[in-house]
Amino acid sequence: MADETNQETPREPGRPQSRSGDRGDRGDRGDRGGSGGRDQGRKFFRRKKVCRFCVEKVDDINYKDVRLLQQFVAERGKIVPRRLTGVCTPHQRRLTTAIKRARNIALLPFSAR
Amino acid sequence: MQRAYEVMFIVRPDFTEEDLDKLISTLQTHATNAGAVVANVEKMGKRRLAYDVKKFQEGQYVLFIMNADGKGIYELERRMRVTEPVIKFITVRTDEEQQRLEKVRKLRAARAKRPPAEAAAPEAVNPAVTA
Repeated sequence: MADETNQETPREPGRPQSRSGDRGDRGDRGDRGGSGGRDQGRKFFRRKKVCRFCVEKVDDINYKDVRLLQQFVAERGKIVPRRLTGVCTPHQRRLTTAIKRARNIALLPFSAR
Repeated sequence: MQRAYEVMFIVRPDFTEEDLDKLISTLQTHATNAGAVVANVEKMGKRRLAYDVKKFQEGQYVLFIMNADGKGIYELERRMRVTEPVIKFITVRTDEEQQRLEKVRKLRAARAKRPPAEAAAPEAVNPAVTA
C-alpha cells in the first residue's frame, strides 16, 4: 500500500514554482518518514501531497458511498493513516466516523480475510 | 423539537417485493404514530453484506429520511428491534451536518460573488503553489 501512494509523486511533472520542487522528489520520500521531527526547523510544510477533499472541495463524506470510503481502507479492512493518504485532519476525522458507521451497517468489513 | 434523522436498515434477503413494501409501510405507520414525519423512503436494493449478519450473506437495504424527536426515534428503534425481518439498523442524526454543509455552501457562494479581481487574486496564487 505504501508503494502505491509513493509512486504517484514522480509521475507529476516538475513544478518550477513549488518550493520543494528541487529537493522534492528525492527528499520527499525520506521526508515523509522523518517529517515529524524535521518539520520543526522549516517554516512551510514540505509534503507535496495535498488533501484530496480540500482540493476537490468535497464536503459531504457520507457513510453511504462505499466506493469513496474503500479508497481509504486497506486490504484487511483497516483505516489507512493520514500520513499515507495525505488527508488533512478534519477530513480524516470525518472519514473515520463515516467508515465506522459503514462498518456498523455492514457496508464495509470490520476485518477482511 | 424535530430533528433530521436518517435511519438505514437491512431486511433479510428472502423477502419478496410486496412483503418488503408491507414492512416498509408498517414501519412508516409506527413512525408516524410516534410523532415522526417520514420525508423520504429509499430502497437501496439487495447488496452483499461485508460480514454475516444473523447467518445471512445478503440483505435488502432501506433508507428512511425523516424528521422526528428523540422519543419518536426511540419508539421506531424499539419496533425495529422486535421486527424479525429487520436484521440490522443504524440511526444517524443529520441536522447538524446539514447545517454545516449549508454554512459552507453559503460561504462559498458569497466568496464567489465577491469581485473576482479583489479577493481571488491573492488566493489564486496559493493553490497554484501547493497543487
